[in-house]
Amino acid sequence: MFGKLTLDSFPFHEPIIVVTVSIILLAGLAVVAGLTYFQKWGYLWSEWLTSVDHKKIGVMYIFVAMLMLVRGFADAIMMRTQLALADAGNAGYLPPEHYDQIFTAHGVIMIIFMAMPFMIGLFNIVVPLQIGARDVAFPFLNSVSFWLFVVGVVLINLSLGIGEFARTGWLAYPPLSEATYSPGVGVDYYIWALQISGIGTTLTGVNFFVTIMKMRAPGMRLMQMPVFTWTALCSNIIIMGAFPMLTVALALLTFDRYLGMHFFTNTAGGDPMLYVNLIWAWGHPEVYILILPAFGVFSEVTATFSTKRLFAYSSMVYATAAIAVLSFIVWLHHFFTMGSGANVNAFFGIATMIIAIPTGVKIFNWLFTMYRGRVQFNAPILWTIGFMITFSIGGMTGVLLAVPGADFLLHNSLFLIAHFHNVIIGGVVFGYLAGFGYWFPKVFGFTLNDKWGRRAFWGWLVGFYVAFVPLYILGFMGMTRRLNHYDNPAWHPYLVVAAIGAFIILGGILCQFIQLYVSIRDRKDNMDVTGDPWNARTLEWSISSPPPFYNFAHMPNVEDLDAHWDNKEKGIAYKRPASFEKIHMPKNAAAGVFIGLFSVGLGFGLIWYIWWMVILSAAGILATMIVRAFNEDVDYYVQVDEVARIENAHHDVLEKNASSHPFVTQV
Amino acid sequence: MSTEALHHAHDDHGHHDAGATKVFGFWIYIMTDCIIFATLFATYAVLHNNIATGPSGKEIFELPFVLIETFLLLISSFTSGISMLAMHQGDKAKVIKWLIITALLGAGFVAMEIYEFHHLIEEGIGPDKSAFLSSFFTLVGTHGFHVSCGLIWMVVMMFLVSKQGLSDTNKTRLTCLSLFWHFLDIVWICVFTVVYLMGAM
Repeated sequence: MFGKLTLDSFPFHEPIIVVTVSIILLAGLAVVAGLTYFQKWGYLWSEWLTSVDHKKIGVMYIFVAMLMLVRGFADAIMMRTQLALADAGNAGYLPPEHYDQIFTAHGVIMIIFMAMPFMIGLFNIVVPLQIGARDVAFPFLNSVSFWLFVVGVVLINLSLGIGEFARTGWLAYPPLSEATYSPGVGVDYYIWALQISGIGTTLTGVNFFVTIMKMRAPGMRLMQMPVFTWTALCSNIIIMGAFPMLTVALALLTFDRYLGMHFFTNTAGGDPMLYVNLIWAWGHPEVYILILPAFGVFSEVTATFSTKRLFAYSSMVYATAAIAVLSFIVWLHHFFTMGSGANVNAFFGIATMIIAIPTGVKIFNWLFTMYRGRVQFNAPILWTIGFMITFSIGGMTGVLLAVPGADFLLHNSLFLIAHFHNVIIGGVVFGYLAGFGYWFPKVFGFTLNDKWGRRAFWGWLVGFYVAFVPLYILGFMGMTRRLNHYDNPAWHPYLVVAAIGAFIILGGILCQFIQLYVSIRDRKDNMDVTGDPWNARTLEWSISSPPPFYNFAHMPNVEDLDAHWDNKEKGIAYKRPASFEKIHMPKNAAAGVFIGLFSVGLGFGLIWYIWWMVILSAAGILATMIVRAFNEDVDYYVQVDEVARIENAHHDVLEKNASSHPFVTQV
Repeated sequence: MSTEALHHAHDDHGHHDAGATKVFGFWIYIMTDCIIFATLFATYAVLHNNIATGPSGKEIFELPFVLIETFLLLISSFTSGISMLAMHQGDKAKVIKWLIITALLGAGFVAMEIYEFHHLIEEGIGPDKSAFLSSFFTLVGTHGFHVSCGLIWMVVMMFLVSKQGLSDTNKTRLTCLSLFWHFLDIVWICVFTVVYLMGAM
């Protein structure tokens, strides 16, 4: 009846897990009780869960990403404290089988369920607004993508309380991840969480590619798109090229585990290194999927807060495209030790080093944008400067690792761990947090408290160096990754310092949440009445904050790069339109939620071998899709008087406040 | 007349040409599916000599059988094309008629493939025998799975067209289905060549 699932699958004997799960359950109950008490279920359902509005989907993505940041960071703190304690005969407080699950979950959660949704959330919020579109190309598909991602989040968190998670490391290399060596459900949780959310990501890639290619405002040529949109375009192209390979790699591992096939086994002709090649053919492009949009954020932030046009726009675009192409021809540098020979290693080593060139171009472009600009030192620009220094260091250690000879020595050591945290925290996280602060007022209509934003920045920046410089040193001292305990006393002081660093980062994260609390509390004092709080340059700032659900009452006409700035200079920005027209919009759709619910059943049934649940869930997904196909009532027109009412209200506020905002006084 | 048409186009801005955008999007989706097949072909290329204790392709492939399979699918692509022509003529009954013929040919293809797989597994030559057989069953089976999905889609389209007629939305869907079907045909040509012909040589 319940497949492999028995009462023994619930880890009652692990006090840490029992406490954690209890807290999560209590918090969940509190949320449910709160929603019921304040009668908000209807609001949640009709305004958020079934919404196909790209802005709301974007907010939901980033909300879940923030939750997963907390979960992934809890894992990080546990690993650092374990290693600060577990020296010389001390076993620490985490048993090896639990510790192995933690480092696996940390990697998977931070990349797939924190960074990816944060990035896709920013795409959702920003890209349609920057290109002057009313939604993405396929709004319903967007909702489906979001819910498939949530399915992955649900599955990976279920593994905490029901069964176990993989103990294999975040890429689940075979033969360790094969049924012979990992007979439990941990790897199955890993497979289905990634597989289902990965399909959602592929669909997102298609959706945003088509959105950017087909939905741009009249007149906006490709070389007039804002740089963030360019980076989103390249990132989505990489998604479309790379995620299908992940789908295949995971599917083949699934067949090995479920059907006894021999793709990656040690026996019957299987080849474990084939998996390592396939997973990195996805995995390396994946890190460029994440970093390119962060580069896009920094480009927007630098130009806006230097009050200057971005230096060398076209070289920024070409550098982005070059990185996107190069991202596909460097995967082998993750396993120079495979033994593919000196020539192959040399090719991949050199290809890797070449990436430093377009990246360097970008760094100089940002520096020259700031040079002789009127730079405002608020939190987003601090993240940018912190990024440029930190990422440059991480880039240089990356070039060092790209030398095959050096890599043979540093491979699998903490030097590598320090390197990729250096570029992912210093690049991706700093970038997304800068973007969070930069676009927050656009989404919610008030600016974030800058003082707490700067505190969060300093917590992250100082904490990062304290936590990861010791790991560089430990790498040189020969400490390998994924150790549960060690007996070399020389390593201990460095690991204690690293743990302190993790707690300083925790301070930064707390400041981030305090910033949200303080900003919401004081929102009346920080309202963004103009829709353009930063005197910015691109189209998203030409409409009200928050934007009306249809985004643009009239399609903007684009004649130049930085279209909004161009309109301000010509004195035609912020003008009240003389007349309005009705607007065609998609209706909300519950089908995405149902596909998500059935997919949870599908994944859970597959993980635990509960076949009736698998069949029912698959039938449910198919039935939902067919019912949706027969539904002809999927769109409607917003009538002229409603558009006029919303737009006139915005322009009334704008005119009333024009005097206090010098760049709007021309109204 | 012309100003009215213009006005209408203006109204729909942001969602103008929704059909064309969907077909473009479907093309892009097919490209991602193409990468799935490319990865499976690469896997097959790496593993096809790893026969371990199992048989090689030469010993198990029956070319005449596969040739009939191939022709069923090729002809179904042709009939799918005829149903598209009927769609452009606006002949609803003819669209459904040729969709049924296409689906029958496709079902014949899938049935033959299931027979082939069943026959092999019964003889103890299943996908768990060797890496070569794993990659063979997976590559060919993934194609067959796609064809089966296409068949379900086709049946749904028959009901949609008979109930709603040849609306713009249904025309877009038929266009996408036809693209999908031709795409699977092209993939099969590669499977036939790389797996069966090269394997039997």
